[in-house]
Amino acid sequence: MIKLKKKTPLIDQHDKFGFYGNKFGGNYCAETMRKPIEDLSKLFEKLRKDRKFLKKRDHYFKHYLGGETPFFKLENLTRHLGGAQIWCKDVSAINGDAHKAYHATVNALICKESGKRYIAGDTGAGMFGKNLAMAAKKMNLKCKIFMGTKDISRQAPNVKFIRDAGAEVVPVDSGSKTLVDAVSECMRHYVSNCDNTHLAVGSAIGCNIFLKICAWSTSQISRELKKQLIKEFGEIPKLKLINVIGGGSSALGFWNEFIDYDKKHVELVGVEAKYAAPLSTNAKVAILHGAAQYCLTNKEGQIADTHSLSAGLDYPGSSPLHGLLKDTGRARYTNASDKEALAAFKLITKLEDIRPSLEPAHAWSECIRLAPKLKKSDVLVVNNCGKGYKDKKIYIEQLGYYPK
Amino acid sequence: MKNSINNAFKIAKKENRPALISYTVCGDNTKEKSLQILNSISKDLDIAEWGIPHNCPTADGKDIQNSSYRALQNGIRLNDIFKLVKRFKKLKPSKPMILMGYYQMIFNYGDKKFIQKCKASGVDGLIVVDLSFPDNKNFAKLCKKNSICFVQLIAPTTTLKRIKEIIKYSHEMIYMISTISTTGSALKYSIKRIIKNYNVIKKIKPSKNVVIGFGITEKTISNLRSADGLVVGSAICREITMSLKDRQNPVTNVGRLVRKLKNKIL
Repeated sequence: MIKLKKKTPLIDQHDKFGFYGNKFGGNYCAETMRKPIEDLSKLFEKLRKDRKFLKKRDHYFKHYLGGETPFFKLENLTRHLGGAQIWCKDVSAINGDAHKAYHATVNALICKESGKRYIAGDTGAGMFGKNLAMAAKKMNLKCKIFMGTKDISRQAPNVKFIRDAGAEVVPVDSGSKTLVDAVSECMRHYVSNCDNTHLAVGSAIGCNIFLKICAWSTSQISRELKKQLIKEFGEIPKLKLINVIGGGSSALGFWNEFIDYDKKHVELVGVEAKYAAPLSTNAKVAILHGAAQYCLTNKEGQIADTHSLSAGLDYPGSSPLHGLLKDTGRARYTNASDKEALAAFKLITKLEDIRPSLEPAHAWSECIRLAPKLKKSDVLVVNNCGKGYKDKKIYIEQLGYYPK
Repeated sequence: MKNSINNAFKIAKKENRPALISYTVCGDNTKEKSLQILNSISKDLDIAEWGIPHNCPTADGKDIQNSSYRALQNGIRLNDIFKLVKRFKKLKPSKPMILMGYYQMIFNYGDKKFIQKCKASGVDGLIVVDLSFPDNKNFAKLCKKNSICFVQLIAPTTTLKRIKEIIKYSHEMIYMISTISTTGSALKYSIKRIIKNYNVIKKIKPSKNVVIGFGITEKTISNLRSADGLVVGSAICREITMSLKDRQNPVTNVGRLVRKLKNKIL
C-alpha cells in the first residue's frame, strides 16, 4: 500500500517524473508542451519561496478577494438534525463567489511574472472562468475562456460575467460539450500558443505543474480554517471535513493543512456527483488531460460520458492527488445524486441563510446523511465553496423556487 | 520484412526525393473504407501511418478530430485496427505501417500486450503523441525488443540539450514537428526556419531519418522536399470530410490528392 510522507506538502509528494505513489499524475503531453511546462515549473518553484511574491499574493487575497472567509456554526440545521455540530466554512463569501478565485488570481500573478501577455483557462460551472477573467482584467492580461456549449447555456450568469470582464468566451461544441471537452480544447490552444500564452488549468488536474499550482493556491482555505478552529475550540477538535469533488480543487485546498492528522482525528470526506464519480465507484486508472488518475472510461479505454446537473462536477476524471488520498486511505469518497443535492439545498436554505451552488449542495447532502448518526461532540465542517446565484435557473426548474 | 522503414527511406533517397508518409485515421469513415483508401494511395506512399482514434485528443486540430469522431461513431475498436493492419500488410507486404495514437489507448490495453499484438499484426512503427521523452524510455525499449520502431518527436520548443538526448534514445526514424501548433494548422514559421531546425537535428546524427510533419499541404510540400520524409495528415483527413460532405467517393478523391502531393516532390 502507498503511504503518505509526513511533513511533506501533499503537492510535493511526487517523484522526478511527476508521479504520486508511482501511479497517479505524470506529464502525458505533447513534446511541444514539454519546455513550456518545465519553464513554468521552475518559475513556480522560485516564486513559492520568494517573499516578495508571497507578499503580493497575500495582498491580493486580502484586498482584492476580500480576506478571510467566515466560519460559523449552523445552529438551526444542527438542532434540526439532532446529532453532530454542523459548521460552515463559507468560501462562497469571497469576492468571486467560489474557491476558484484563489487559483485564478495566483495564475494571473504567475502569468504576469512569466512575462506572457495572454492567459487561457477552461471552465465548467463558469466560476474559474469568471475569476480568471476578472483577475486578467485587473492585471492587464488578455484572457480566453474555453467552455462547453452545454455549460454556456446552463451557467449563463457566469458567462455574462466573463464577457463583461472583457474576456473572450470560446465555445466548445465537440464531444459532450461540457468541461471535459473545454479542457481538451484549452490544452490544444496552449499547444498552439505556448510561446506567448500562460495556461491556467481550472482544476487540480493536468500535467504535474498545473495541479500543483491549483492546490497550492486553494490551500489558503485550510490555513484560515485551522486558525478559526483553534480560535473557536482552543484546539483542533475531532472533525470531519466534508467537501464536494469535481476536478478536486476545493477539497485539496480545504484539506491541505490537515493531511498529517490521524484520520480518526480529522476525517476527510469527499462527495462526488453520482454519475460522475470515478473515486467512489472504483473506476480504473486512465490517462486524461496529461495525467494518470481514476477516471470513467468504457471498456475500449475511451473517456466515458458523465451526467450531473452540476456543470462543475460533470467531469469523468479526478485529480491525481485524490487518487493518492484514496489509495493511501487518508480520504474517503462517496457520492450524491442530483436529487439528493437538490433536497439538501432545500433543507439548508429553509433553515439557514446560506445559498450554496449545486456543487457544494452535494457536500451538504452528505453532511445531512452523517450528522444524525454522530454525537454532539463531533464536529462536521462543510466547505460551502460556491454561491448559488449561478444555478438559480436550474433550482427554479427543479424545485419551483429560489429562496430570497 | 525486417527494417522496412529504413528500406523505405533508402528507396526514396535513391530516387532523390523525400519519403511520402500519409496519415489517416483507421476506421474513417468506416473500417472497410479506411482500408480501401489506404490501399488505393499506397502506390504513391513510402510509409503509411494510421491513427488510433481517441475521444480526448489534446494535440489534434479540427480535421483529425473529425476523422477520429467518424471512426468512433462507426464503432472502431483496437482489435479491429489490428485486424485491418493485418489485412493491409497482406495486400502490401513491403509497405511500412506506423500506428499513431494517444497513450491512454495503449495503457488501457496493456503496454506489453499492445506491443505484442502490434508485432503479430505487422506494425512496423509506433508514434505515441503524449508519451514524450524521458517518460517513454521503457516503452521504447520494449518496442525495440519486438523489432518495432518507436518514433521520437522533436518540437520547435525542444532545447538543444534535449534534442541530443532524444536522438540518443531514438530508433531509425524521428518526427520533427514543424511549428508550434496542433495538427493541421497553417505553418507559423517560414520554410527557412523549419529547414534550419531540421538541419540542427540532422547535423547531430546524419544517419537518422528525420521526417517533418504538421501543416504539410499541397502548397507547402515542395518547399520542404529536402527533408528525409514528409507527413501529410490533416490535408488528407480534410479531403475525406469534403468528399463525404459532397457525397463523393473519398477513395477516388484522396487518391487524386496523394498523387498530386507525390508529383510535387518528384
